[in-house]
Amino acid sequence: MRRFYGVELETRLLLGTAQYPSPAILARAVRASGAEVVTVSLRRESAEQRDGQAFWELIRELGVRVLPNTAGCHTVKEAVTTAHMAREVFDTPWIKLEVIGEDDSLQPDLFGLVEAAAVLTAEGFQVFPYTTEDLVAAGRLLEAGCEVLMPWGAPIGSGLGLNNLYGLRSLRAHFPEVPLVVDAGIGLPSHAAAAMELGYDAVLLNTAVAKAGDPVAMAAAFAQAIAAGQAAHAADPMEPRDMAAPSTPVIGKAFLG
Amino acid sequence: MRVTVIGAGVAGLTCATELLKRGAEVTVVDRAPELGAGSCSWWAGGMLAPWCEGESAEEPVVRLGSAAADWWDAHAGGVTRQGTLVVAPGRDSGELRRFARRTMNFSQVDAEAIALLEPDLVGRFRRGLFFAGEAHLDPRAAIKALAKRLRDGGAELRFSTAAENFPQADVVVDCRGLAARDVAPGLRGVRGEMLVLRCRELALTRTLRLLHPRIPVYIVPRGEGVYMLGATMIESASRSPVSARSLVELLNAAYALHPAFGEAEVVEIGVDARPAFPDNLPRVWRDGRSVFVNGLYRHGFLLAPALARRAADLVFGETPIPEESDADRLERQTL
Repeated sequence: MRRFYGVELETRLLLGTAQYPSPAILARAVRASGAEVVTVSLRRESAEQRDGQAFWELIRELGVRVLPNTAGCHTVKEAVTTAHMAREVFDTPWIKLEVIGEDDSLQPDLFGLVEAAAVLTAEGFQVFPYTTEDLVAAGRLLEAGCEVLMPWGAPIGSGLGLNNLYGLRSLRAHFPEVPLVVDAGIGLPSHAAAAMELGYDAVLLNTAVAKAGDPVAMAAAFAQAIAAGQAAHAADPMEPRDMAAPSTPVIGKAFLG
Repeated sequence: MRVTVIGAGVAGLTCATELLKRGAEVTVVDRAPELGAGSCSWWAGGMLAPWCEGESAEEPVVRLGSAAADWWDAHAGGVTRQGTLVVAPGRDSGELRRFARRTMNFSQVDAEAIALLEPDLVGRFRRGLFFAGEAHLDPRAAIKALAKRLRDGGAELRFSTAAENFPQADVVVDCRGLAARDVAPGLRGVRGEMLVLRCRELALTRTLRLLHPRIPVYIVPRGEGVYMLGATMIESASRSPVSARSLVELLNAAYALHPAFGEAEVVEIGVDARPAFPDNLPRVWRDGRSVFVNGLYRHGFLLAPALARRAADLVFGETPIPEESDADRLERQTL
């Protein structure tokens, strides 16, 4: 089993904590999902002044591992500063590193990402970089000290699913030993199941649960889909083929006149 | 019966109004020097929009809020019953479908119907939702009207008065909002930032909501070209000045609604923190000689009338009071 910086996760769902109708519904959704890790955005919660304390307290009370993120950061400096605050607030070396490069697609700035990852790993952080399926960037991030990679499925919040199946499959094939998490773009449980069937180690999502009409029910649905995808991958799926292959041979069938 | 109400925000003043109607001798105390800016009600939108709120709020908000417009009409006046118009830019039309699925009591409107409702929006939106039964008011005018009504009715309003110095009373009604965190476990602040704009080019008559996946905004007309634009929702109790990011996002949304807002004057920028419980639903409970009303979140003017009636019931003992003072149990009975 691939580990996330030495941590084994039973449930391969990492759940974001933004945009829920209320913290109470967030708590119920986390329980329903069985997630052992939640991500928390610090940037907009006034980390500097500690004014988000009530919300962070609610997050801590969930009793799950916290993966703070640098959502909304556009520069290396912003991301590094936010990571420092996160380590202080949540007392964890884990950081989901986001350096946004383009505002319409919220596409990661891969150059800034590699630079920030190097800075943070040198400082002892355990970095979960939000990246694309780009193989070269993936190699550079590993060189920078990352031991987990988190390629996007589709742009953040778009719910489009896995946009580049070829890219994700080839990333999996190129880095068979590295824990890989599909992060962002997931809209439906079937998208999450597909990611797991590709051999990914986990799925990170937020909007698909938070903005569902019933976030708690949707969280449970994702948990089932991810478990199904994981089991399917482990069960070694059949190879697809172009021609029909009857499950019951027709030649030699008894002739019953 | 002598009742002291602590807090002269929308919760305190509506409670005082209900208590005065039922014959109590009412004193309202507030630590702020004067009516208004000391409470987050001062920065409220003043939307009386229970069905739109149902998009993200739970059922009690819709139910308790549906009688709010009538209450405000009867006790403060100044209610504008023009409904709410919900629109979305073309590329976010999925947001409109989602909003429609999760709300009720609206009609679908096309470009022509939108132009009839708000002539200034002609040609700007092809589809929208119209909630004809909704209303809005000017929160500051409503608060002043309630204060006047209370004084005229014989109630006393004391400002610059700490809660500890309240006069002898049979019952105390605690409407301190976020300041009551000492007695209301789980209460947290949710920061909101809002703008008041003056845009003489536009004559919008009703509350408009512009849907957006990340930054939904509403605009409430205050009359004479003045509009309230709100509001951010940030998990923080900070009242520090508005951030540049929030300002840019709010103004961008206003500009998307109508480019004329690009020429508007920024009259005021407001920031405050709303008191909310973890489920974002309000609580009314009694503990000994104290009754507590709190957690009105972003629904102050919408929910205060229903909560004030419930609080008055508890003050006069018209509702059996459960032995537990556990807020959650009481809340379920209340709502």
